[in-house]
Amino acid sequence: MANTQAMCTSFMQELMTATHNFTTSTGNTFKAALYLASATVNASTTAYSSTGEVTGTNYTAGGVTVTNGTSPSSTNTSSTAGTAYWTPTASLTYTNVTLTTAFDAVLIYNSSSSNKAVSVHTFGSQTVTAGTFTLTMPSNTTSTALIRLATT
Amino acid sequence: MALVTTTKGEMDDFLLEKKEGSVDNDNEYTTWVEYWLDGELVHRSVHVQLKKSVGLKVEAASFG
Repeated sequence: MANTQAMCTSFMQELMTATHNFTTSTGNTFKAALYLASATVNASTTAYSSTGEVTGTNYTAGGVTVTNGTSPSSTNTSSTAGTAYWTPTASLTYTNVTLTTAFDAVLIYNSSSSNKAVSVHTFGSQTVTAGTFTLTMPSNTTSTALIRLATT
Repeated sequence: MALVTTTKGEMDDFLLEKKEGSVDNDNEYTTWVEYWLDGELVHRSVHVQLKKSVGLKVEAASFG
């Protein structure tokens, strides 16, 4: 059992059914839940589940709300290619928590749409004791944004 | 002197042993700080800077 960084396959299908709206302010609400290193979240994950999620002092099941201050962007790199991309505009912060069982993944999911999964992001296994866990996002560019859709 | 949130409530940092560390690889830059009291971990905070995104390649098929 292990967590694997991936864009959720169901999310790719749901992009074609207008299930997810990343527009700032008027779009959906996205959340971020932490998962134990012993859990299994990966491309096959279709929705948020509390199975395998961390538990501990001051951690609320379901995680924290993702700050979405910038709508998705797109850039054309040629007449046949381009990239669309999106990144949360603030770090994911879990304040004053105690999470004593090792965790190593965060699931981004759409809490406005039946908690449907978006993506899984992994990092080195961690614990937190009466402290803060902060997950800072990569830069919102065509090559580093948290979620990127690019033509081949 | 600064106050640190610990498992025993807020404590002055000068009473505690501080340990710090970091890891830097292709996927993340992570730093952490720990405070210990008489051999007991009473505070640990972690900051992870993600470096890698997840990408999806999309394609429009050709006719013929």
